[in-house]
Amino acid sequence: MAVTETVPRSEALPITIRRVTKTYGQVFALDHVDLDVKSGEFLTLLGPSGSGKTTLLMALAGFTRPDHGSVSFGDTEVVRMPPHKRDVGMVFQNYALFPHMTVAANVAFPLKLRKVAKAEARERAERALETVQLGGYGERQIDQLSGGQRQRVALARAIVFEPRILLMDEPLSALDKKLREHMQIELRHLHEQLGMTTVYVTHDQREALTMSDRIAVINHGRLMQLDEPRRLYDRPANRFVADFIGEGTFLPVELSNGSAAYAGTPLKLAEAVNETAAQELLLRPERLSVLAGAAEPEVNVFAGKVKELVFQGESFLMYAALADGAEVAVRGATNRDVMERIPAVGADVHLGLHRDDTVLVAAGED
Amino acid sequence: MRNWLNAPASETQITHGQRLWLYVLAGIIMILLVAPTVIVIPMSFSASQYLEFPPREWSTRWYDHYFASAEWMSATWTSLTVGTLTMLVATPLGVMAAYGLHVSNFRYAQFIFITLITPMMVPIVLIGIGVFYVYVQLRLVNTILGITLAHSILAIPLVVIVVGAALKTYDMNQERVARSLGATRLYAFLAITLPQIRFSVITAALLAFITSFDEVVIAMFISGGDNSTLTRSMFNALRDQIDPTIASISTIMVLVSTTLLVASQIFGKDKGK
Amino acid sequence: MAVADFAPGAVAEPQDEPHATGLRDDAFRERMAMLGLCSPALLLVLVVLVSPVAWLFWLSFLANDGSLSLEHYERMIASKSYARIFWTTFQVSTLTTMLCILIGYPLAYFLSQLPPRAAAICLITVLLPFWTSLLVRTYAWLVLLQRKGLLNNWAIELGLWDEPVKLVHNMTGTLIGMTHIMLPFLVLPVYGAMKSIDRDYLKAASNLGASPVSAFWQVFFPLSLPGLFAGALIVFVLCLGFFVTPVVLGGGKVIMVSMRITDNIELFFNWGAASALGVVLLALTMGTLYAASRLLRLDRILGEGNG
Repeated sequence: MAVTETVPRSEALPITIRRVTKTYGQVFALDHVDLDVKSGEFLTLLGPSGSGKTTLLMALAGFTRPDHGSVSFGDTEVVRMPPHKRDVGMVFQNYALFPHMTVAANVAFPLKLRKVAKAEARERAERALETVQLGGYGERQIDQLSGGQRQRVALARAIVFEPRILLMDEPLSALDKKLREHMQIELRHLHEQLGMTTVYVTHDQREALTMSDRIAVINHGRLMQLDEPRRLYDRPANRFVADFIGEGTFLPVELSNGSAAYAGTPLKLAEAVNETAAQELLLRPERLSVLAGAAEPEVNVFAGKVKELVFQGESFLMYAALADGAEVAVRGATNRDVMERIPAVGADVHLGLHRDDTVLVAAGED
Repeated sequence: MRNWLNAPASETQITHGQRLWLYVLAGIIMILLVAPTVIVIPMSFSASQYLEFPPREWSTRWYDHYFASAEWMSATWTSLTVGTLTMLVATPLGVMAAYGLHVSNFRYAQFIFITLITPMMVPIVLIGIGVFYVYVQLRLVNTILGITLAHSILAIPLVVIVVGAALKTYDMNQERVARSLGATRLYAFLAITLPQIRFSVITAALLAFITSFDEVVIAMFISGGDNSTLTRSMFNALRDQIDPTIASISTIMVLVSTTLLVASQIFGKDKGK
Repeated sequence: MAVADFAPGAVAEPQDEPHATGLRDDAFRERMAMLGLCSPALLLVLVVLVSPVAWLFWLSFLANDGSLSLEHYERMIASKSYARIFWTTFQVSTLTTMLCILIGYPLAYFLSQLPPRAAAICLITVLLPFWTSLLVRTYAWLVLLQRKGLLNNWAIELGLWDEPVKLVHNMTGTLIGMTHIMLPFLVLPVYGAMKSIDRDYLKAASNLGASPVSAFWQVFFPLSLPGLFAGALIVFVLCLGFFVTPVVLGGGKVIMVSMRITDNIELFFNWGAASALGVVLLALTMGTLYAASRLLRLDRILGEGNG
């Protein structure tokens, strides 16, 4: 009897966003945003607070009215459609459960509005609760639930009417770290199972990397980069994206004839240089390694002195000053091999960066 | 007792003993606040023409007098009717305005709010004569409708402020989520928002009633004849002589306010907080 | 389509700014709908309050023969009796406000120090008068303070004084009654302000070496001032326009502006004079509120008046 009934897989819809713009006074909350969300994909809007990511989500839900622009669900233009006709499931940051209703009444609320017969509504609500692993919780009051359970009820309520689009606004930010990480995986599985197009807003880059099919990085109301998590991390388009996702030190490079050099030494690069914009070299701490002997041919070498060494348990963090005074961070695993190679503070050190990890990014304003 | 006197009473380690003067003073003030109204109650049961405390002889003659008087009964009925109607007019209008002001961020919201609460700031006598002047032209003097409308503008500011304060602490995302789940704005308000601010709405409604029920000055100008309110009749009686019947009416009015206050404490409080 | 070439901005909109016009219309319509929600209340206030007051304003500039003049205002300035009325009004309002502060502040402080349950019970003593008809309360004081009233009887029995003292139908009675009636309007905002003071400030003050008394005066008192200011303002403004209590307890010896306005209407049918007085009273009230709102935000004051 292990088979539990769940909400059936829904037919997903793609979302097309064109030139969506929202200004508050002189400030652009959204600045001519173009974005395509593929049918059935899990897309995350990632950005710092005030970047416009929530404004964009609210524009999709119909709570923020853009100044102009077009939003289509499939072939239907929805930019002027009121929220209650858009048929999208929505989960808010603080869950926004109705405290004066039971769990079951909360979940059945959208069904009641769609004139689903009472018995069927009850059954479907229970099924949605089972989908989020809260079967049998229907008669509870909202204030009897823990934070994680509330989160699940909010989710059940958003999926019970089988919407073809699901919108989520930082739904996990109120949970503690452990529960949050657990819920990330669970949401991911749920998405695979239900298949609805999902747009997810977060400011947590790790959460975005964990869950998403693709991530749209947003800053100052503009789309900075749209890519798969791996590519976004490995090949950030500009300094803002590189800095916001993961850590990094940026070094100035000289560009000439399709190649780049740092401090006079030509760099072995992963990709051809884009000479249309000023470029900087991105050094991610965990991609740098402490070299013991001669470097392999595919590795760029940076010489410097160890300034500070911090032991952090599973990893160490080293700050090294390069010849020109630039300070770079290096992170590594604390296994015996690595630890034995690390020179003392003040000693010379050679840092290696593999060609595939040697990435130039467009120098940003930030 | 000694332990309590020496126990710290505040964050600054001052002891209860050192603050005894404050407790005594506050106690006296609280008694003075309540005593005058409470003392009228036993006095109203005095048999004497002069109000005594404690009454030498108990009787209900002043109540008999009140209930037997067609004039007093009619005035009481007018006050109850006007109070109820004011509540029914001011509460929905005030709630609508409070909601409209809360959800709109347009420039004139502040201006509209100030306009709606001007009745609290304009001296009541001025409202009284102004309304009287207009009502003469509109033939609304001495009518239930006229008194109700005039009392409603006194009650609306209270409703707007009380309900507005409740909306400020209410999470509007609940209404948003209801709308995204398929509810129209009106349905979302009625099914989700209203049940959660109901305590404040009840308090506001009770305040609207009592505002009308206790109002004297406007009623003095625009109520009279068959539609004289209770307070107007009382005020006139007070100006003439000290009629002990008023003590019995006062007792009844204190009873009404106490009931409403208790009701507002029981039904008008969000138990979650 | 030749025009398009000369006005690129006009035709660019449909492509560059899709739905701009429609969205602007929607925004306008929504704003109007929300304005519509306010309009019944607004309309009522405009018809029943603003238009009559505007009409009175107009009347105050009409002489008794119907011509436009400043007659009523001139007489007000010239007449000694008007000056006395305004002086009385100011005196009563100021004294009442000061008494309310002296009595209300310690009470509010006491209430703010109580544990929640005890505070709720003690607050009822403040709320009960608030909900009780002011006519009833005025009447109660009349009964207590009259020549053969309770207070005189007790005082004579206790030997405090031998002859009945005149406690009512004069300034004393008016001030006692008005202070009692206004006290809740002061206590509630002050209490609210005191409750919102973070108690850690006081701990920090004593930790830094302040004695309990100096911690109170240097930390707690300044932080409670906005509430005290708000409460005092409400009391003062309400006193300016007060009518019932001075009529009943003043016994004709304390004439305030409101009473003179009523007399002008009821006894002399002089609408012009009454209106002019009303306009000045309104100007004083609004002037006080405006001056105060420059120091403190107005909506916060009014929002706290009915806790």
